[in-house]
Amino acid sequence: MLGGGILHGLAVTAKNFVGSFTDPERLVTLGYPEERAPAKENARQFPFLVFDGADPQAGLRCVACQICEKECPPQCILIVKSKTKKPDHLGKPQFFPATFDIDLSVCMSCQICVEVCPFDAIKMDQEFELATNDRFEGLLRHRDQLARPNAHFQKLHPTDAAAIDARRAEELAKAAAAATAAAAAPRKPAPESPPAA
Amino acid sequence: MDAPDQIFVLLKHAVVSWFPTPVQPWISAVLSIGAILAVYPMIFALTTVIERKALGRIQNRPGPNRVGPAGFLQFAADGIKSLTKEDIVPRAADSVVHFLAPLVVVVPPLLALAVLPVGRNMVALDLPETGLLFFLMVGTAVELGVFMAGWSSHNKYSLLGAMRAIAQLLSYELPLLLSTVSVVMLTGSLSLNAIIGHQSEVHAGVLLGWNVFTPWGAAGAVLFFIAALAEANRSPFDLPEAESEIVAGYFTEYSGFKFALFFLGEYLGLFAVSGLGITLFLGGWLPPLTVLSWVPSWLWFFGKLAVLMGIFIWLRGTLPRLRMDQLMRFAWQFLLPMSLINLLVAALWQYSTPWPHLLRWLPAAILFGIPYLLYHRAFLRQHPPRTYRYAS
Ligand code: SF4
Ligand code: SF4
Repeated sequence: MLGGGILHGLAVTAKNFVGSFTDPERLVTLGYPEERAPAKENARQFPFLVFDGADPQAGLRCVACQICEKECPPQCILIVKSKTKKPDHLGKPQFFPATFDIDLSVCMSCQICVEVCPFDAIKMDQEFELATNDRFEGLLRHRDQLARPNAHFQKLHPTDAAAIDARRAEELAKAAAAATAAAAAPRKPAPESPPAA
Repeated sequence: MDAPDQIFVLLKHAVVSWFPTPVQPWISAVLSIGAILAVYPMIFALTTVIERKALGRIQNRPGPNRVGPAGFLQFAADGIKSLTKEDIVPRAADSVVHFLAPLVVVVPPLLALAVLPVGRNMVALDLPETGLLFFLMVGTAVELGVFMAGWSSHNKYSLLGAMRAIAQLLSYELPLLLSTVSVVMLTGSLSLNAIIGHQSEVHAGVLLGWNVFTPWGAAGAVLFFIAALAEANRSPFDLPEAESEIVAGYFTEYSGFKFALFFLGEYLGLFAVSGLGITLFLGGWLPPLTVLSWVPSWLWFFGKLAVLMGIFIWLRGTLPRLRMDQLMRFAWQFLLPMSLINLLVAALWQYSTPWPHLLRWLPAAILFGIPYLLYHRAFLRQHPPRTYRYAS
């Protein structure tokens, strides 16, 4: 009947209205600062740098290869390579970033830096309450602020972290085996084990 | 029985009697104006909160719940916010007209509210000859304010909103007036008190003769309230300020307290026109049944106002906004013919007084039923049932 659709619509909204009082399941919103929805594993906000062990400086995985700096679409990463080298987790001497800055006001959270990094050194954080009253210094994160322990990564993205940790353990084991083999046959130099892709 | 009913009247008389006789009319007027200025904005404040909460519930969320108990002080926070915000006047705007427009929007509804009887002996300004006429004349003045706002802002959205508002308000003025005419025809008076008095005759020993209990009254009330929604720019007729199309329509260029004044004016207009609808069709401050006459009369009026506000909020939460051509077509092709038919029905009702009661409903049923069916068929021809190719 003409006008029947209006009545039907009114019935639907009335059902919602009454239902929101009688059935708490219907209220899908949360009172935000007090209640928080648990973060989804694949949620991402801004990148951070992963370090192993206890010392953020010694354990930093980043080797300052600058791939992410070149790939970042809005060009918000600034890396200055170190003059000296420090050993990576396999004991190989590597460069490290003397400066590693990310401008959060420019970063668009695309995760491309994470995808291109061959060393699993940069990952996405889930922190989103980044409001600050200083929009220049406050939103520019330096290397030491960006560095987060591997445990943090394991907490945010358990699946990814487990796979990466397993691979790194395998590499380490392989390197150790190669070192033992090299020690057993001292005349032939051990071939460098290339990092698994 | 009279004490709670007349409490405000007696209070006013007591206060007025303290003053010397020559100033008494002035004091009386000031008290009435003060009451109107205090009560209706207060209802406005409460309505905004309740509206937001109810709309939230309709969308399955709790609505404002932070400020004060259960969020009911939200209006105070909003008021303070709008008072402390910067008042921006665009450089290109016509500053005098721009300044006057919010006032022109707020004052007419207040004037209109002054002639509404809100209880027995409770009317600020009783116009025995011209009450309804005054109300309708003052009500149309709002259009001027709306157009002043849209024109003086020097902004395309404002102007579009103002043009829409003028077109809409003029088109819906007609069904609004025509549906009130039937009441005037049967009452034989333009006085709002006389119209309420006319509805106080008792039927079947218990039921009062509200106009809405007659065929022309029921149809008239529906037509009136549809037109009233459009007059008050309420959803689904909120085209002049359609947020998703033209920013905020005619008050795009207003900020701070002037913006709040537009809101106030809009709600006061809604209260005024609902109050008129209550007076004309829903028995004003009369109870529906004689056994309920112990409830104070002003409580009836404001209770009915609250129920109407609830229905308007419900409609707002349900109906999407019309398109401009649909809006116009609805006014000119549906409401206007129907309100003309309603006049005929009212006349037949008047001249069929000696007939048995049920037989008197028959002409109305035929006169409304046939056009309704024709509209239905025409609608189905234009909009055949949709078939979906991919979605079921
Ligand atoms: S997430 Fe995207 S924008 Fe942000 S630093 Fe990485 S590559 Fe750049
Ligand atoms: S984060 Fe990864 S890609 Fe970027 S410089 Fe460091 S190692 Fe290279």
